[in-house]
Amino acid sequence: MQKRSIVPIVYILFLMLPIYWLVAMSFKTTNEILAGFSLFPQTFTLDNYKTIFTDPSWYWGYINSIAYVSINTVISIAVALPAAYAFSRYRFLGDKQLFFWLLTNRMAPAAVFALPFFQLYSAVELFDTHLAVALAHCLFNIPLAVWILEGFMGGVPKELDETAFVDGYSFPRFFATIFIPSIKAGVGVAAFFCFMFSWVELLLAKTLTAVAAKPIAATMTKTASSAGYELGLLAAAGTLTIIPGAIVIWFVRNYIAKGFAMGRV
Amino acid sequence: MKTENQKAWFFVLPVLALVAFNALIPMMTVVNYSVQETFGDNVFFWQGLDWFQQILRSDRFHAALGRQFMFTFLILIIEVPLGIAIALSMPRKGFWVPVCLVLMALPMLIPWNVVGAMWNIFTLPDIGLLGYFLNHVLGISYDMTQDPVAAWVTIVTMDVWHWTSLVVLLSYAGLVSIPDAYYQAAKIDGASNWAVFRFIQLPKMKTVLTIAILLRFMDSFNIYTEPFVLTGGGPGNSTTLLSIDLVKIALGQFDLGPAAAMSLIYFAITLLVSWLFYTLMTKDDLN
Repeated sequence: MQKRSIVPIVYILFLMLPIYWLVAMSFKTTNEILAGFSLFPQTFTLDNYKTIFTDPSWYWGYINSIAYVSINTVISIAVALPAAYAFSRYRFLGDKQLFFWLLTNRMAPAAVFALPFFQLYSAVELFDTHLAVALAHCLFNIPLAVWILEGFMGGVPKELDETAFVDGYSFPRFFATIFIPSIKAGVGVAAFFCFMFSWVELLLAKTLTAVAAKPIAATMTKTASSAGYELGLLAAAGTLTIIPGAIVIWFVRNYIAKGFAMGRV
Repeated sequence: MKTENQKAWFFVLPVLALVAFNALIPMMTVVNYSVQETFGDNVFFWQGLDWFQQILRSDRFHAALGRQFMFTFLILIIEVPLGIAIALSMPRKGFWVPVCLVLMALPMLIPWNVVGAMWNIFTLPDIGLLGYFLNHVLGISYDMTQDPVAAWVTIVTMDVWHWTSLVVLLSYAGLVSIPDAYYQAAKIDGASNWAVFRFIQLPKMKTVLTIAILLRFMDSFNIYTEPFVLTGGGPGNSTTLLSIDLVKIALGQFDLGPAAAMSLIYFAITLLVSWLFYTLMTKDDLN
């Protein structure tokens, strides 16, 4: 048991090294970074963070990203729940084909859709809104949410439904008060994955926004052009993009461990 | 088992409407471009299947496709066994489980261009941690902006860093679902570690592994942002994967027709390979 734990420890160290380097760099001045190699910040500075928190063009990037990611997660889970229920409980015409077609949408390279998406969302006058990015990300998040939720629902015995109906529950009441609570873990895992894939995607988010809804990850590219190559600032902005993800995963940590196990296993 | 009920379609309708809006309309736009030529001003000429023939015969496409398959092959061959091995050696319960899971999931939650930028500053020859270590401590000459091999090693290492945890998390979920009684039975029978893995653990992980392999295939085959930020497709064209090449044609040269034709061919290949994986791996379930 003790000897085995070497593997995860080494793996986690490997994962942490680039992250450490990013964080360490965010506390350095640009001069120090360019002057040469230093393992720890020699002149510890918070200036990079101060710039981000005082400049609206920086911190609005965070607000925008969090806004569209949240909208996307809510929409994805809300529509995926009934669909996953249908797939897990009923047979209907074209169900298998429909399920596979949904999955194929995860296979389309985002690069393929960038330009048509721009035209589509300009045409419906949603360009540069949070809703546009949230809806666009549904393309790959809804199929994933349906896939995960269907797995969890398959683990709930059908007798639960039948007993509830015999007891006189209406369908909506059964679904909201009995069924959804019984797959809480699945909802947690699905929401986590939706959050994750929407938070990390940039190509579509960048294509569909200009100013008002510009994501933080796109704001970062401006450090490369306008003010030379401000590595310290870039590192600080990068470090801050890790934090929301870390918070979300901390909340669902127990669902991830136990939750998956109840799913499609 | 499942009851036949056509009304179930109503439950699926919202999903269908949202996904179709996002998938079918842009797809039709792409199909539209792929059979036409334009010289700007929204004037289009019918081009038939010329673009498709041109792409399928071009050396540039073959080269990018070859690099793409090479990349995806390396990713799967490294990440899947490594992920399983790490999942097997993780503790099953106790305080360290959530800590491990949270730390391991962290790379997956970093925006993709930040991942690219992060590996860029990590590997800079003189001021990056890895670059400095390799060049000045180990004395290995390493500069991925000059050396195609170094660039390849870097993008593959970056992807292993970024995504192996997905395989770990999914395999681990499969492992913890195995009841202790199975292991006790194996112990009584005197089964070797290999036998336990082959006949108890692997079958239990099969469904989650199917998901993991499919997701890893699709995402590594469609990868764009991380290698683009890290190497920009260089040095030369050595790390120009399919998506990077596609964006170069579509937005760099603004050749909409060829880019659209290439998109459709690209999508068809992804679809075909995914379908093969899916059918092969779920074959036993259907019987």
